[in-house]
Amino acid sequence: MNPDVVVVGAGIIGAACAQALKTRGLDVVVIDRAGPAAGTSSAGEGNVLVSDKEPGPELELAKASRELWPELAEDAEWEEKGGLVVATTADASEPLKAFAAKQRAAGIDACELTAAEALTHEPHLNPAITAAVHYLQDAQLNPVKATKALLRGIRIINAEVSTTDGRSVTTTDGVISCGAVVNATGPWARHFGVNVLPRRGVVLVTTPLPGAIRHKVYDADYVGAVASGDADLQTSGVVESTQAGTGLIGSSRQRKGFDDTIESRVLKALAHRAIALFPMLAGVPVMRAYGGFRPYAPDHLPIIGEDPRTPGLWHATGHEGAGVGLAPATGRLLAELLTGATPHVDPHPFRVSRPEVMV
Amino acid sequence: MDAAMRIVVVGAGPAGMAAARTAADAGAEVVLVDAEPEAGGQFLRGRARFSHSGVTHLKNTEAWLVENQTLHLRGPRQLHFDALIIATGAYDRPLPFPGWDGPGVITAGAAQALAKQGVTLAERVIVSGTGPFLLPVATALQELGATLVGVYEASSPLAWVREARAVLANRHKIAELGSYRKVLSRLETRTAVVAKNGNRVTVAKLDRHWRPVSHRTEQADLVCIGYGFLPRTDLVPDAKRTNDFLDVDERQQTSLANIYAAGEVTGIGGADLAEAEGVVAGAAAAHQEPPPKAVEAVRKGRLFAQALARAHAIQPGWKTWLHPDTTVCRCEKVSLEDLGDATGMRELKLTSRVAMGRCQGRICARNASELTGIPFDGQRRVIAVPIPLGELAALPEENS
Repeated sequence: MNPDVVVVGAGIIGAACAQALKTRGLDVVVIDRAGPAAGTSSAGEGNVLVSDKEPGPELELAKASRELWPELAEDAEWEEKGGLVVATTADASEPLKAFAAKQRAAGIDACELTAAEALTHEPHLNPAITAAVHYLQDAQLNPVKATKALLRGIRIINAEVSTTDGRSVTTTDGVISCGAVVNATGPWARHFGVNVLPRRGVVLVTTPLPGAIRHKVYDADYVGAVASGDADLQTSGVVESTQAGTGLIGSSRQRKGFDDTIESRVLKALAHRAIALFPMLAGVPVMRAYGGFRPYAPDHLPIIGEDPRTPGLWHATGHEGAGVGLAPATGRLLAELLTGATPHVDPHPFRVSRPEVMV
Repeated sequence: MDAAMRIVVVGAGPAGMAAARTAADAGAEVVLVDAEPEAGGQFLRGRARFSHSGVTHLKNTEAWLVENQTLHLRGPRQLHFDALIIATGAYDRPLPFPGWDGPGVITAGAAQALAKQGVTLAERVIVSGTGPFLLPVATALQELGATLVGVYEASSPLAWVREARAVLANRHKIAELGSYRKVLSRLETRTAVVAKNGNRVTVAKLDRHWRPVSHRTEQADLVCIGYGFLPRTDLVPDAKRTNDFLDVDERQQTSLANIYAAGEVTGIGGADLAEAEGVVAGAAAAHQEPPPKAVEAVRKGRLFAQALARAHAIQPGWKTWLHPDTTVCRCEKVSLEDLGDATGMRELKLTSRVAMGRCQGRICARNASELTGIPFDGQRRVIAVPIPLGELAALPEENS
């Protein structure tokens, strides 16, 4: 077996890269130690968001992805549910509106709503909100089904990769020679030479709330929490439901390595913030909690491109909490760069040679 | 021993009560936490009157998280502990068959619990499963006036012939059989209920792999099923385990510091073994040498427990009882054909929704794992019981 490309990692990013490379006629093999979407990809909510990104290279990647997803995710519970971002304090109102205005200028559907209008969209929302913006493009999918859909027809080898020189990979099952290697190992990408750190997140799952919450609803301070580089616990209220009916409550951010211990202070903060958005949630039981590790790059930008130190080794990682949303355009961009085609988005901001990224 | 030592015991069945008594007698301040209104657990439900000097018994209290040396209770309320003893017992494992999700099918444990409250459940009853626990359940139902159509044991009693050592060390277990003599005449081995449609129950004779070799039809209102037990270990998701049951050393300590386990969370061997383990755990947690008598009882009891696990091991032929449209997960209405081609438990759950409902996989996850051939991952549930968001929001800022 001498595939053109070996993709290491069968998460949503590895799957998107493999699918894009295969579409361009390359022979692709994916290697994963646990199977499709077994790590970070299945530990989030499956969001495809534009609402939380300020104008810049990541938003461009998100917009390109958002256009590609509906066709790719047809069978993966794709739902164009829309996002509703709300300000919960008087001080937060103007910054939210200003942020939305900047996004509108960058081509995002961001409609300002009054509190009363927001309540017609989400009847259980706390009436004390001070401002709201409705993002029509925000969507959701089932990340495991989406990963499997992308991987359809692609060979997956169950093994762990120890090293690569860009022209071969050494696995627990032996050495595979190939034309190129893609490191799509998410929060574990540091093993292959890029500065990616795990950033812990926890999601609470409630008993089913049929029809009670219709959008992804989150507190405007979420954008600040995402952009922060602080290692300490940060939380923001994020509430939505899935097609299965359960409610999902996030979000938390913590840098503490790969420690997956559940902390009651995180549960408390998440619950407190969710109730601030939807007071009726106070009486709703949490059935379970799950957590994962976002692949965090210190400058908060994905890493997509060839490693200048190791020709043949490509990286596609560092998407932090936005991997699902950014996957199709990431896969396409990587495939374009690898095959010498004209990139559909500017690859420069995502280059591997950033000083924050090279380790 | 430090006089201020605080030992918390979770579960007030035979193991938990023995642990609490022993630890209190050793001078510890003991809190016994239990979800039920009275002590006794599943075995002594409603029949135990627990009161012991030095033990505070918190009734109707559910524990949901162990965090460092704090046990979180519903309320919310927190208990600090120097040592924690997990004695949360086990619950029945049902095996699915066509019709098991319809009316008139309950677990043997549920039937026994209702019978102990004097609830008459049906006129014509079948008990089907594997293990000696089926006999007291059948006896209880019969004593309430039900007509016992049959007690079906899927395994062969010949398996016990190989277990002479365990039987000889536990002769009292044989004597116990005598108390079930009224139902022994209804006992059929290598037999199981493999389908139910209304009152029509399909009963099959099984080969040694539990594949049906012949069928007949019986009439029954109620089928009680119990294919062994699964331990309730959600409070200690990080503790090492073997085949679901918690690993303990000779002092009943788990792989976690200051956390002990006693009773059916470590293996199924009956109330006397559970009680002996409770005595050892209670003494060890209080930093005392466990009484030799209890240590010896644990040793003998474990021989029996291991023999029981071998003689009544679930055989793979049960998987042939299902049709493609047979329900595997009742909470999320997932049938066999919905399970798909997943290769890992998380992938299986997120593509089929199996084990994602209210029971959180307690009933179906193990069965789904065996039906798909996906290795069972032990179902790490980090929140042991459902808890309203309002209670989580009311948690204290930091634990001391």
